[in-house]
Amino acid sequence: MKGRRRKILTFAGALAGAWVAGLLKPVAALAAAWNKEAFGAKTAADALKSIGAAGAAASDAIVIEAPQIAENGAVVPIEITSKIPGTTAIAVLIEKNPFPLAARFDFMEGALPFVKVNVKMGETSDVRVVATAGGKHFTATKEIKVTIGGCGG
Amino acid sequence: MAAGPMKMRATLDAGFIDVRVLMTHPMLTQQQSKGQPHFIQNVTVKVNGTTVVEGQTSQAISRNPVFSFRLKGGAKGDRIEVSWLDNTGETNKTEAAVA
Repeated sequence: MKGRRRKILTFAGALAGAWVAGLLKPVAALAAAWNKEAFGAKTAADALKSIGAAGAAASDAIVIEAPQIAENGAVVPIEITSKIPGTTAIAVLIEKNPFPLAARFDFMEGALPFVKVNVKMGETSDVRVVATAGGKHFTATKEIKVTIGGCGG
Repeated sequence: MAAGPMKMRATLDAGFIDVRVLMTHPMLTQQQSKGQPHFIQNVTVKVNGTTVVEGQTSQAISRNPVFSFRLKGGAKGDRIEVSWLDNTGETNKTEAAVA
């Protein structure tokens, strides 16, 4: 009897959760798209899956300019150029950060597939860039060594 | 810290417009803030009112973020607008003409 009551309560809780999620969704959509699932992913593989780029092919047409050794992990400048024709998006993942996905940029007509950004790195890690062109994903990595991490206080 | 001023410079370079923008924002991570992260989530670049770059960012972007973008096919005098929106709903924008 007790077990059954538990089950009913859990079910009711799940229903309430679904209802709230359903209600909140349109508001979030209005506020502008932010891929919560991908940015909340704790491993690079999960983040890649969430942005639909799990099977990205390696490419040397993605140029990552960054220091080999970053003394201060709180500010690591990374410059990315995609030479793949028709690049529409670039995503940056820092594989060993607590939340690997750092940023994603969508380029429309009028913008070149180029971005320069300063990121935080918790420790020495591979930085993975995923470029999307014509629905296909391409990837390149560069290791950046970090002397002082920049994610904590 | 509330959202501070932004600075932007857009210059016509060889064949493209170089846009550099500085945002004043603490960009607090989960760890720094004990579970109350505060960071920019969306960055939008517009040229004469048309969106050309849509960025989504995480807490891994450095404090007071600086971004560079390159735009093609523009001319001097084009109006560039960059805006951001953070996870608490704060927002800011700046505008500059291409020099």
